[in-house]
Amino acid sequence: MTTITMTSQRSERPPWLRNVFQRGWRMGILLLLLVASLGMAPLADAQADTDREMATAAPGISAEQWRQVRSGETGPNYRDSRFDSNYNLINASGETWRQIRNRWVSPFGLIAIGGMIVVIALFYFIVGRKHLDEPRTGRKLFRWSLLMRSLHWTVASLFIVLALTGLNLLFGKFVFRTLFGDAVWAWMISASKVLHNYLGPLFGVLLVVLLISLLKDNIPKKHDWVWFKKAGGLTGKHHPDAGFANGGEKAWYWLLATVGLVVVASGFVLDFPNYGQSRDTMQWANIIHAVGALGLTAVALGHIYIGTIGTEGSLEAMTTGYVDETWAKEHHNLWYEEVKDQAMSEEEIAALKSNSSGDASASKPS
Amino acid sequence: MAQMKFMCDAERCIECNGCVTACKNANDVEWGIQRRRVVTLNDGEADEMSISVACMHCDDAPCMAVCPTDCFYKTDDGIVLHDKDLCIGCGYCLYACPFGAPQFPKQNAFGERGKMDKCTFCAGGPAESKEEEYQKYGSNRIAEGKLPLCAEMCSTKALLAGDAQDVADIFRQRVVHRGHKDGAWSNNPQASTDNLAYDAARKG
Ligand code: HEM
Ligand code: SF4
Ligand code: SF4
Repeated sequence: MTTITMTSQRSERPPWLRNVFQRGWRMGILLLLLVASLGMAPLADAQADTDREMATAAPGISAEQWRQVRSGETGPNYRDSRFDSNYNLINASGETWRQIRNRWVSPFGLIAIGGMIVVIALFYFIVGRKHLDEPRTGRKLFRWSLLMRSLHWTVASLFIVLALTGLNLLFGKFVFRTLFGDAVWAWMISASKVLHNYLGPLFGVLLVVLLISLLKDNIPKKHDWVWFKKAGGLTGKHHPDAGFANGGEKAWYWLLATVGLVVVASGFVLDFPNYGQSRDTMQWANIIHAVGALGLTAVALGHIYIGTIGTEGSLEAMTTGYVDETWAKEHHNLWYEEVKDQAMSEEEIAALKSNSSGDASASKPS
Repeated sequence: MAQMKFMCDAERCIECNGCVTACKNANDVEWGIQRRRVVTLNDGEADEMSISVACMHCDDAPCMAVCPTDCFYKTDDGIVLHDKDLCIGCGYCLYACPFGAPQFPKQNAFGERGKMDKCTFCAGGPAESKEEEYQKYGSNRIAEGKLPLCAEMCSTKALLAGDAQDVADIFRQRVVHRGHKDGAWSNNPQASTDNLAYDAARKG
């Protein structure tokens, strides 16, 4: 009835009709009109004068408002009947997010990580492991305290868990659902989400602690630049100069201190929807998080390779806390010069350990 | 096979929220969730316009494309449904959905949102028994040969539900009858250029 009442107020009505209204037959005529218009509808359809009808129709929304709807803006007189809803009519950025995530982040993340694995494998089979040039002296230098080693391995394990569960969120459905069936997949993916969302913040906190405790050793120096120009000793015969941390290790440190913290920060945004951040914020946080995390995962593979099978004598630094003199001389010559008089034989270390019934952290230089 | 669609005729919607209430009732929807909402543009102004929105059961559904668990599926009738046993409540479907259809019973720390809930076109969802289906997804009127209750109850027949072809035919008739160049969305520049009424009259 609303529309009909509205039309009756319009001025283009023929005079006789207006008179009828004034005589108070309003209701009856309206009913008549309604019935008549139903009967005449097909006729009218055939000869609709669109321009004239347009002028008399109930006013529609303007081009400006249509633009607002499409762009996701909401004016002051926008209402949504849903409780607590702050949504616009059309979530305009949703499709953009979908396209960026599914068309770019997902395939290129796979290329980055897959590519890294291929490069590392090729490097290993063609160039091979980096052996020590000189034989070991058997005398050891103290490098990592038990506390630092525990911190490193905790952060590393958390990183691996987060990377695997994160990758499962992004790629798992293409592999495991068809492979294992719905029951196993449901369990896998919900475990991934829970692990990722609860361990993520723990990782974030411990990463900050790790970064702070390593800061002193990772301040960039001039010789680090030279280290990079010589590609860490890959080219040329001699190892370039390096202090406690070499150029490559410092680069990994600063990558974690920048991209790593961005991943953590965006992870926190995604992880705590209770603060009511908008869908748009979540979309950006997700893209930043995924790009950063996939990039870090790719570089982490390189870090893992160099620290384990890639270089002779490196892994024992992080497992036992001690390195051989030869390794120190070749990989960290500037550091070696500082601490060479503190070298100890296996027996001395064993004695030190039994005395202090634990760690020899007191002997860590500087 | 039918391709089920909703369509809300904004020229008719009087913002009574009958559809919202009908849906809540028909599906026993969880507290805090409202599968359908009515949006009003320019409330109180001369050009006020309302439209009822829920899941539009998209052809190339964004929710389906981004779900990490792949828990969505399209029925033979073109209805987009999801499996609550697989859903992990990550919220991705909500980020992607153009219509704000997916909702969550909670929104807690560590991404604890519970299972996503949305309009099912009154077609229920995957479950072992009828009772379980009703409890998880609400009624399955489609299985009983009925259309969604929101559209059935709409007092002005603004909200239409059914096979895309039927819905389009009804709307085309209305457009022709009204004579609007652009159907319900008056002054939408694109629709006026297309001249929906002219097209509809020629086709009809
Ligand atoms: C460096 C380690 C990390 C890696 C490798 C990683 C990786 C990923 C990846 C690949 C995704 C999936 C993105 C997508 O599907 O589009 C993801 C999602 C997510 N990540 Fe991380 N992430 C890491 C750290 C963190 C941290 C520290 C937090 C929290 C503080 C976090 C919280 C999240 C959340 C909340 C999601 C959304 C998934 C959901 O809600 O289920 N992540 N992460
Ligand atoms: S939930 Fe949103 S994206 Fe998915 S089918 Fe419904 S309207 Fe489309
Ligand atoms: S919330 Fe559930 S349905 Fe939505 S994308 Fe995540 S897993 Fe899929």
